[in-house]
Amino acid sequence: MNASHHPSDDLLWSYAAGSLDEPSSILIATHLSLCPACRAVVAKAEGMGGELFENSGTADIDAGSLDAVLARLDETEEAPRIALETVGEEAESVSVPRPLKDYLPGSIPSLSWRWLGPGVHYTAIKTEARGPKVGLLRIAPGTKVPMHGHSGNEMTMVLAGGYTDATGNYQRGDVEAADDGLVHQPVADAGEECLCLVVTEGELQPTGMIAKVLQPFFRF
Amino acid sequence: MFGVHERFDVPRPPAVLMKGSTAGSRRGRRAVIAKKSGAAATSDTVVMTELLVLIAQHRDKDAFSRLFAHYAPRIKSYLMRQGANQASAEELSQEAMVSVWRKADRFDPTKASAGTWIFTVARNLRIDALRKERRPNFDPEDPAFVPEAETSPDRAVEVGETQVKIKAAIAELPEEQAEVIRLSFYQDKPHGEIAEELDLPLGTVKSRLRLAMRRLRLALGEEQ
Ligand SMILES: [Zn+2]
Repeated sequence: MNASHHPSDDLLWSYAAGSLDEPSSILIATHLSLCPACRAVVAKAEGMGGELFENSGTADIDAGSLDAVLARLDETEEAPRIALETVGEEAESVSVPRPLKDYLPGSIPSLSWRWLGPGVHYTAIKTEARGPKVGLLRIAPGTKVPMHGHSGNEMTMVLAGGYTDATGNYQRGDVEAADDGLVHQPVADAGEECLCLVVTEGELQPTGMIAKVLQPFFRF
Repeated sequence: MFGVHERFDVPRPPAVLMKGSTAGSRRGRRAVIAKKSGAAATSDTVVMTELLVLIAQHRDKDAFSRLFAHYAPRIKSYLMRQGANQASAEELSQEAMVSVWRKADRFDPTKASAGTWIFTVARNLRIDALRKERRPNFDPEDPAFVPEAETSPDRAVEVGETQVKIKAAIAELPEEQAEVIRLSFYQDKPHGEIAEELDLPLGTVKSRLRLAMRRLRLALGEEQ
């Protein structure tokens, strides 16, 4: 089943141009693994990049440059990429796309989950990068996530299960972008635990009663 | 289908035919240029793509030398515009071309032209070397990967045609849209910083990008 909520063209173009920060790029690349339609958009933006690359000028290369490169072509080539099945595959209950899996130290259940509130757990994903924070959120079936607002943008992508808020229902592969100012209250669908990849700029601002009690936990 | 070797010898149009007419409106002149450079691009694109296929399949060093002569100066120029100094741009362009040799078997002519693929190689290397960040990429070999419903057998031909249409669409873009596109592909800057540089609201930058994207889609016959 293909995704029905997609990231904006703006984000897909930034990803194609290579100007998008690494944490957001993890989410976009994970979505692209599951979404042929957005891969087509990125392919076109890259086609545009390729066209500009062909026609935006040249710089003189050093005289010995080609020889230096030719001399290196027979060097031992890079090591084959590590097989996907190396880490904790047996414990994996969710099919995790490679762009995300590459950042995880182990299977989903083995990560160090922090309790954020009833039925809600979070784990941060480490990157060396500047920019927003990225992490995974686990929400028990039927759980109401405390109502919260945003002091910056937030992007969520569903990996398993699903959730519903005022803007619609989100299933595996779907991306929701919450702008500055949006207040929403997602409710996890019944039946299956909801696992989301979340990229947050700035801090979440819990607004409801219960959320006020939970506020300290929302500082991811 | 032409054989590979015949295609290499496609002559370039004589220079005198490449000059656009000096008469006519600005718009008319632009269209002429787009059309002529489009024709030149077709032969270039085809030649470069076939060189890359030769490298992938036969590890052909002559083909590689020709590809190097065309792309190394472009990669170096791209990196210098992104802020690399002359020495590190030189070193990184060599690195990028070694990468092109090693990864040539991952080039798929049904997905992209040679120029577009080499642009992505240079882009990824830049993120790694200049920004010191990793570049998350999807992997078609990933068991979780959701493939396209189907691809038609003429995809390689379509890729060449698409590239020509993209080129023509860029030539037709109003300058204000072309500018945001160039800045977004040629400077490692988020859209917010581009807006500051041009002294425009972020919404204006985004809407120009959206308009440019829409024109591109129209040019490719995807929207009415
Ligand atoms: Zn999509």
